[in-house]
Amino acid sequence: MSDVYILGTDMIKFGRFPDRTVPDLGAQAALMALDDAGLSINDMEALYCGNLMQSNAMVGQRILREIGQTGVPVVNCANACATGATAFREGWAAIKAGLYDLVLVVGVEQMGKAGLLGGGGGSTGIPTEGLLGSSTMPAVFAEAGQEHARKYGTTFEQFAKVSVKNHHHSTKNPKAMYQIETPLDKVMGAEMISYPNTKLMCSVNVDGSAAAVIASEKKARELGLGRAVKVSASVLTSDRFTERDLTMPDVNTCTREAAAKAYEMAGIGPEDVNLVELHDCFATAEILHYENLGLCKDGEAGRLIDDGEVAHGGRVPVNVSGGLLSKGHPLGATGVANIYEVTTHLRGEAGERQVVGAKVGLTHVIGLGSACAIHVLERVSD
Amino acid sequence: MAEEKAASPLPVVPFLKIPDDGDPYLEGHKCKKCSAIFLGERAVCSSCGAREGIEPIRLANKGELYVYSIVHRSFPGVEVPYVSAVVDLDGGGTVKGNLIGIDPVPEKIEFGMPVETVFKIAPRKDRDGNEYLTYYFQPRSA
Ligand SMILES: [Zn+2]
Repeated sequence: MSDVYILGTDMIKFGRFPDRTVPDLGAQAALMALDDAGLSINDMEALYCGNLMQSNAMVGQRILREIGQTGVPVVNCANACATGATAFREGWAAIKAGLYDLVLVVGVEQMGKAGLLGGGGGSTGIPTEGLLGSSTMPAVFAEAGQEHARKYGTTFEQFAKVSVKNHHHSTKNPKAMYQIETPLDKVMGAEMISYPNTKLMCSVNVDGSAAAVIASEKKARELGLGRAVKVSASVLTSDRFTERDLTMPDVNTCTREAAAKAYEMAGIGPEDVNLVELHDCFATAEILHYENLGLCKDGEAGRLIDDGEVAHGGRVPVNVSGGLLSKGHPLGATGVANIYEVTTHLRGEAGERQVVGAKVGLTHVIGLGSACAIHVLERVSD
Repeated sequence: MAEEKAASPLPVVPFLKIPDDGDPYLEGHKCKKCSAIFLGERAVCSSCGAREGIEPIRLANKGELYVYSIVHRSFPGVEVPYVSAVVDLDGGGTVKGNLIGIDPVPEKIEFGMPVETVFKIAPRKDRDGNEYLTYYFQPRSA
C-alpha cells in the first residue's frame, strides 16, 4: 500500500466569526492549503470534510460550491471532537486503498453561542443535571482527572500548570485565539467551573477551519517531496467496554490502544517523538494523556508538568500551539489544525515557536462517546 | 374536601425501582457470562456480546466514593455548588449521583469514603406536575 504524504496544509486564525458561514470558513482554509501545496481544486480527486454541528447539512459540498464544483466524491464526517482527524484518516485510507492520488481534507466549525458546558439533559421525565451528578463536560473531565488524583495524588496546582503552559505557548502562535500570558495564580483564581477545572482550564469555544492536501507516494514524488511530510501512522479507536465507562467515560483505554497501534504502525516508540499536539479539552485531560501516550510512566504525569519536560524547550513539548485551552477548540477543525501544527514544525516553518530539529510529531484527539484518533507525522527531508 | 389519592412518585431513572411493598432500590443488569453490570435493561452485553443471560440484580445501598467533582457552574436554574459523585457500590455497579450531607469543598471529601444511597422526592416536577423519586449519596460511617 502506498505511503501517504501531506503536501499542503494551513488553518485560519481561530476566533469568533458570527457573520460568516461554515462553508465560507471551510473554503478559506481549503484554498490556503491548496495554495500551500501549489495545487488547485481541479487537482483534487475527493474531499473529506469534518464538521460536527451541521453534520446533516452537506458542508463539504457547500464548500465546493464556493471554491469549485468539480463533481468529485465528497464525504462528510462527524465523530464528536475527533471529527477533523476522522476526516483526515478517511482521506488517508482512500489513498492507501489506491482509490486516489490527491485528496483534500477540510475541518471546520462555527461554534456560535455554544456554551462552555456542552452536553444536555434527557428528553423525558425531569432534567437530571444537578440531581444525579453532572453531565457537563467540565465535570466529566474533572472526574476523569480526579481519578488520576486518587491514584497518584495529582494536585489542583499541577492540573492548573497545564493551562499556564499552554497559554504561554500560544503567545508565540499568531493563529491562536489568545496570546496572553496566564500565570498560575490567575488560572487557579479564575471562576471555579467544576473542581478542579477553573474557567481558564476549559478549552475555548471558537470558530475555525483547517485543511490539508494529502497525496500518494507516487504523486508526492512526481510533484517533489521538498516540503512534504509523511503520515507514518493513522489510528482510530472507539471505547472498548471497561468497568465504569458507561457511567464515567473512559478516555484512557481508547487512547492507550490507539497509541500502541500508532507506534507500531510508525515503527517508533514514544521516546522518538519530538512534539505532541494532544486533546487538552480540559487541563485535567492533558495530564492523563502524558501517560496514555507513553510520554512518561504511569504516575509520573504530575512530575512531567512540574519539571517542564512538556513545555517548549523541554524533552517532549506538548501543545506548543497553545492547545485547545488557548488556541481554541472548534470541534470539527481541531483534528486537522493539530496536523497543521505538527506539519509546520516538521517543515521547520513554525517561526518563533519552532521545536528545533523536530523530526517526528504526534497528534491526538478524543471525541467523547468515544473516538480516539492518533496520527504520527514524520519529516521527509534532512 | 373530596378525597384525593396522592399519585405515587415516578422513578427519576428507569433503573430506580419502587416496589409496591418494600423500599426503593437501584437495579442493575448483570451478564451471567462475563459478570459485567449495567444500569438499565439491555438485550446484548456490550462487554462480551452475549445475547442472553442478562439478569436484573438489586444493587447494594452501600458503596464507596470513587471520584467526584464540585460543580460550580451548571445549566440555568440548577442550584450550585453541588458534588457530582461517581460511586462504586458494594458487590458491583458504578453509579453517578449527587453527594449530599457534606460541605462541597475538596478538604472535606475523600476518595474512597464510605457512602450510602438514600431515596427522596426530587425537588423538581415534570410539566404535568408529577413527582419523582430520586436517589442521592451521603456519607456513612464505615
Ligand atoms: Zn457479558
